[in-house]
Amino acid sequence: MTEEIIISGFGGQGVLSMGKILAYSGLMQGQEVSWMPSYGPEQRGGTANVTVILSDERISSPVLNHYDTAIVLNQPSLEKFESKVKPGGTLIYDGNGFHKFPTRKDINIYRIDAIEYAYANNAVKTMNMIILGGLLKVRPIVEIENVLKGLKKSLPERHHHLLGKNEEAIRIGMDLIKKEN
Amino acid sequence: MSNSQKQHKEEVRLMKGNEAIAHAAIRCGCDGYFGYPITPQSEILETLVELEPWKTTGMVVLQAESETASINMVYGAAGCGKKAMTSSSSPGVSLMQEGISYMVGAELPGVIVNVMRGGPGLGTIQPSQADYFQTVKGGGHGDYKMITLAPASVQEMADFTVLAFDLAFKYRNPTMVLADGIIGQMMEKVVLPPFQPRWTEEEIRKNTPWATLGKQKNSKPNVITSLELRSEEMEKINLRLQSRYREMEKNEVRYEEIMCEDAEYIIVAFGTTARVSQKAVELARAEGIKAGLLRPITLFPYPSEILMSYTSRIKGILTVEMSAGQMVEDVKLSVCGKVPVEFYGRMGGIVPSPNEVLDALKEKLIK
Amino acid sequence: MNVTDIINPSNLVYDKTSVMNDTPMHYCPGCSHGVVHKLIAEIIEEMDIQDKTIGIAPVGCAVFAYKYLDIDWQQAAHGRAPALATAIKRLLPDRYVFTYQGDGDLAAIGTAETIHACNRGENIAIIFINNGIYGMTGGQMAPTTLEGMKSSTSPHGREIPLNGYPLNITNLLAQMDGTCYVTRQAVHTVASVRKCKKAIQKAFENSMQNKGTSVVEIVSTCNSGWKMTPDESNKWMVENMFPEYPMGDLKNI
Repeated sequence: MTEEIIISGFGGQGVLSMGKILAYSGLMQGQEVSWMPSYGPEQRGGTANVTVILSDERISSPVLNHYDTAIVLNQPSLEKFESKVKPGGTLIYDGNGFHKFPTRKDINIYRIDAIEYAYANNAVKTMNMIILGGLLKVRPIVEIENVLKGLKKSLPERHHHLLGKNEEAIRIGMDLIKKEN
Repeated sequence: MSNSQKQHKEEVRLMKGNEAIAHAAIRCGCDGYFGYPITPQSEILETLVELEPWKTTGMVVLQAESETASINMVYGAAGCGKKAMTSSSSPGVSLMQEGISYMVGAELPGVIVNVMRGGPGLGTIQPSQADYFQTVKGGGHGDYKMITLAPASVQEMADFTVLAFDLAFKYRNPTMVLADGIIGQMMEKVVLPPFQPRWTEEEIRKNTPWATLGKQKNSKPNVITSLELRSEEMEKINLRLQSRYREMEKNEVRYEEIMCEDAEYIIVAFGTTARVSQKAVELARAEGIKAGLLRPITLFPYPSEILMSYTSRIKGILTVEMSAGQMVEDVKLSVCGKVPVEFYGRMGGIVPSPNEVLDALKEKLIK
Repeated sequence: MNVTDIINPSNLVYDKTSVMNDTPMHYCPGCSHGVVHKLIAEIIEEMDIQDKTIGIAPVGCAVFAYKYLDIDWQQAAHGRAPALATAIKRLLPDRYVFTYQGDGDLAAIGTAETIHACNRGENIAIIFINNGIYGMTGGQMAPTTLEGMKSSTSPHGREIPLNGYPLNITNLLAQMDGTCYVTRQAVHTVASVRKCKKAIQKAFENSMQNKGTSVVEIVSTCNSGWKMTPDESNKWMVENMFPEYPMGDLKNI
């Protein structure tokens, strides 16, 4: 199995770290993984994205032009990546602030209003985990148990007390995600 | 699970290529790192200072005032028989060319990492491979060569850091690790090399008897210099260097072949473009096109012989680079016109996609 | 009595230090370099640190310094000596590491390396020969060339609007927190040679005391480049160089 994912949104939304957690989760279940960020000024604002590949085989290109799954968290990201989802693939978006919405019929489209939820429930810091929960609900590519192991590995020890909050966020995301087509 | 398996498993880490270089340097007994920040490789210096190896192995890590100073610090350290390295990205490596030429002239080992970005000039911080000529054709003045290792994975970033030191000391010549922004910035699994202690002073005196550690009683002073005003002597030095490069050509050619056995078309690419091209080969095979990938690992010495050996059975070669076409010249030289050699490249920080490479293969060679 | 009877240890009134070898020097007669070389060699012998000293030779007239003193040497690219010295001293903290640089090397092409080594307070000694001219390449203008002073690239005399001011880099280095000892000396008289030797020795001693960088500027003559006799050069130096580059300690911590 190989899963090729792009996650894209504003810098500061936790896009790169969400990708990192996915990559660590893949590592925990013994998969080959690659995590390729857009780097540069985007990290400090602007649109940032990260390509994550999880595979049972050696990964060739870390840079792709088509994806099994795209997670888009802002309008420019939708415009850039909707067309790049493979037919039959998955598009997950957070519609906060969107004025144009996904239109493709040959892919599975899901909406998760994690941003709105996070602001309403004082959970901004775990917003990316809510979205990750949504992803895992519709694309169970990694076990939640491995996500938590991966988190433990990637988080500095002083943040380990937040692991429970993160697990909770994943569950919230699983409830929040809705299929649109 | 046995203990050794357990230990091995624990050593599998997920990290960026740049971080892997820093870890590998500490582990292979590097004595000194001297560098100046530049995107996309600043994580090397950042990781080193975070790890504080001066408290464990005694390795010195210093942020220099410029790349010019960095490479000259490497020169000074190397002159004392120390394992020293620097890293930078394209514009900074241009500044280092003077120092690299002096190191070659003074016969000093050392490791330079170039995590390439797009030029010319200040250019872009996005990945590129346009420093190929600068590296393998000699970016500094004078007749010289450097063994150039081109990593295509985070694992190779770690492995080649260690290998680069071995080769540098074997030939008393600087070695270049030529990566690009993708390999530097991406995270992959990596098994870090085992810890080797830094050389003791006794070992340095034994391994590098030319080193300036202070003149020993009853022995001549050691002098590190690249200056020789007598032309006859200077030519002799050049001949010695040239014979060293011939030795490198004989002993150090490295490459990887992927699906080349039955290939009718060979893609030649290094570093990130080799990874992209591997995917293109997979896509081509899925369409019934017999494609293969030759990935040069050493860019000098170049794997010319293996390329020549394909010519009797293949229909053509596509060279893929993130440049206007630099390595393609060496591919052409390798095959002496026996098969068509085409080129596909992107510039300015654009990474070609696997589909673009496949399309180029069809368009330029299969038609 | 014949000659061999006279040459015996009991009649010895002066002996060249063994750190200095017998290689004939390439320096012009009257040049200050030879004297400063000898002072460094004597200090190394007297401090008994021949096996612990690493010198960095510059590009310039002293490019061949490594031929004359029997110590380990590294020859640096033009201006980069302080970078080499930084790495060497940090990797070998129990060694005496010094650079030997001219005004073009230290104050023009190597300004950045000089200032930053001093700013980091590297525990090295910088011996700086300032003769206001590029001697090796044939008498071109240096950053320290005086206003109105003729050189092959200022044949009508240095003009401030065109070439800027003489660079008093030693004053600048004395301002830096990383330096512990900054002094300006000369070697044109017996007394000044003695004073200069003490200064160089102090710079060497400082480098083992973790106090920071020591800089000894030696205002020097270049009679070939200045196109004067050695004697005239000394007089010209006192009358013209000393007012711009006054003798004495600028800093001594």
